[in-house]
This record gives sequence, C-alpha cells and structure tokens, in this order.
Amino acid sequence: MSMWNKKEDPPAPRPASAPPAATVNVPEIKKEPTPVSSTPFRTPEPDSRNTATIGKSVKIIGQIFTKEDLYVDGDVEGTIESQENKVTVGPNGRVQASIRAREVIILGQVQGNVETSDKVDIRKDARLVGDITTSRISIEDGALFKGSIDIKKAEPKAAAAAPAAAPAPSPAVATPAQQPYSTVATGAGAPAAKR
Amino acid sequence: MLTGKLRSIFRRENGPASHGSSHAKGPAGSQPGAAPSANAARIMAAAASRKGGKKDTLQTRQSRGLEQFFFNVRDIVGLSILDCAGANQDNIDFLINLGHKVYSQDLVRNLDDAFGRDPAEQTNPSRIEYFLKQNFEYPPEALDGVLLWDSLQFMSPALLNATVERLYDVMRPKAYLLAFFTATERATQVPSHAFRIADNKTIVLAERDVRNAGQVFNNRNLEKLFGKFESVKFFLTRESLREVIVRR
Repeated sequence: MSMWNKKEDPPAPRPASAPPAATVNVPEIKKEPTPVSSTPFRTPEPDSRNTATIGKSVKIIGQIFTKEDLYVDGDVEGTIESQENKVTVGPNGRVQASIRAREVIILGQVQGNVETSDKVDIRKDARLVGDITTSRISIEDGALFKGSIDIKKAEPKAAAAAPAAAPAPSPAVATPAQQPYSTVATGAGAPAAKR
Repeated sequence: MLTGKLRSIFRRENGPASHGSSHAKGPAGSQPGAAPSANAARIMAAAASRKGGKKDTLQTRQSRGLEQFFFNVRDIVGLSILDCAGANQDNIDFLINLGHKVYSQDLVRNLDDAFGRDPAEQTNPSRIEYFLKQNFEYPPEALDGVLLWDSLQFMSPALLNATVERLYDVMRPKAYLLAFFTATERATQVPSHAFRIADNKTIVLAERDVRNAGQVFNNRNLEKLFGKFESVKFFLTRESLREVIVRR
C-alpha cells in the first residue's frame, strides 16, 4: 500500500500542471543567458548575440555608428554606419537615412542611399528609394526599388590581389575595401562618409 | 579586362544586325514560338515557380527592338540606363553585366500611385508635374538609354507629351529609347506586362493586368509624338505590337 502512496506522492500530473505557469516565466528570463551557456550546437545564436537591435517602438534621429551587426525594426532618421558589419532593416523598420555597411538586408522601408562593400539584399515587400553602391545586389520580386545601382566590382579584386602581391605589411594602399574599416575604428568615418 | 571580355561576348551574341535608317519599318521581328534561350527558360521556370506553377501568363519572345537597342549601345560600358520595368533581378543582372549603371523604377505602378488607374485622371497639370518630378528628375542629358517597355501606352495625351518632353531633356544626344505600343487599332484595353531581359534579343513577359489605353497609337501618332527626336524606327511584331526605337 505504501508503494501506492509513494507513487501518488511524486505524481506525474502535478509537475505537468504546475510547470506551465513556471515555464512561461522561465524562458523569458533565460533567453538572455542561453546564448552564452548554450552548447556549441546552436551556431546561429552568436549572430543574435552580436546584433544591436532597434525595436519597433524606438525612434532615433541622428547618427548611428556601430561595430556590430544592427537590426532596425523601428524608425531611424539620419545616418547609419557599420562598415564591417551587417545592417538589417526589419519588416517594421522605417529608415530615412543613408546606410553604409558591409552588407545591408532590407525587409522594411528605406529612403536614402545605401552603400555596401559586399552585398545589398532587398527582400520581397521591401521598399527602397535611393541610390545603391555595392558589389553585389539581390532583389526579390515584389520589392519596390527606385533609384540607381552602381556596381563596384573593382574593390574585391583589388582587395584579393593586393594581399597576394604584398602579404607582409598592409598599409593604406593594400585594400580599398579595408580602408573604411580603419576610419570607422578611429571614428573618422562619419565625415568621410559624406561625399 | 572584364569589360573587354563582356564586349566581345556581347558582340558575338549580338551578331550582325541591320542598322536601318530612321523611320525604316522593320520586318516582323517577334518570334513567339521561337525556342527560348537557356536563360529565358530559367527565368520562366523561376517566374512560374513564384506564381505557383502557372505558366499561362508567361511567354518568351524575341524582340527586334531590344536587339536594336543593345546593338546601338554595344562596345560601350559605363552607360546610364533607365529601366522602367520595375526592379527585377534579371534586368539588373543583365545590364550590370554589360557594365552599365542601372536606374530602376516601376513606371506603371508609379502611374497608379500618382493618378489612379484611369487615364482620364492624368490631365491635372500640377499632378503631371509632380509625377515627372517623382520619376524623371535627372540632370539634363544624364541618361544614355531608356527602356520604357509598354508604360507609355497607358498615359493620356497630356501626360504622354509631357513625359516624352521630359525624356528628351534627360536623355543625352544620340541616346536610345525603347517603347512598346499596341498595334491594335481602337484598342481601349491593353494588357500590361512585366518585362524581363533574358538576353540581348529575348524577353520574358508576364502579364500583370489589363488597363485602359491612354489613346490610340499608330505610326503617324508615334512619329508626331517623338517628332523632336532625331529618328524613330518601328518594328511590327506578330503580337500586334509596335516596338519603337527612338534616337534622341
């Protein structure tokens, strides 16, 4: 009989009914630490950890400089500069700014010029009014784009050729593609960004 | 290096093309039944997959007008080409691979935004000016080529004349313009298409919708419309289409 009681004590149903309330709270709290402690199986998480986010309800007027990836889902007016990194304008993002980055992905609305050293990706329902200067471009059907596209193919070649030719020191001459990175690091990128 | 290679490839693909005098009426240049090129087949397959497998609204055809357009800008890189078909990857890739700078906009969609769908609404001078400012605000003589596709035929006479006038201003001398007009007399409703460039003489068309024609076009109308330009050349196609190459 005691055996029966014991079985009832650690009842399986109890944890089942109790946890829902507990688990609802726990994941919210754990969301932040999990990327740190998560096992190496989760490869995409470092990306999200290194991404600064401007949320839906945030509006920023001014200049944004960042050395990590940036996800904009709110409103930004001014300039965005993240030359070594990726800038993503989310579906709710409304950007009235020029953007300079390594890579730009647009899912929302952008009014302003976009300049990247690598790639511009304009997704299905995105809207971009402005001029693009990039090495590669991808536009999905359904995207609205109004402006010009200027492809700079020489940069990657020069960047690839220069280190091969002179691998030892790489001063300013070495790679045009790397020059902007150094300017960002010194914080002098903003004035240089303007034509 | 790259541009030289592109030029030679382009020349090979293009081959000898008749470079007729102005106002020459070309032969039926369209071959709807022609076997699509590999690129055209790829574009059609991709477009069909986006449309859930529907291929009925897609067609591939050869375009003498497009061939002439690219023949005229052959051997030159770094041109500024305005593509009014709306941004699509195929056109952008094609033009960029030729070494040109691409200006892109969807003129038919912008027409709707500015005036609605009825050409009768396209008479207000201030709205016309607004439309021109929104769509053709380029420095004088900035464009080396304009691909208008079928957008002009949905404009009322007032808007059409103003648009052509503005195009004259923003195109550099000797620049070329390509436009398609229905050759069906008294056509009040005309299908609107999305155009994708498969190669220098092949386009893939996807029907967007059917719209009210802005006016009836015939050769005389068109010659009068582009009277300020240096030359106008027509290609009558089997699909009752006038392909028009205009030289500034």
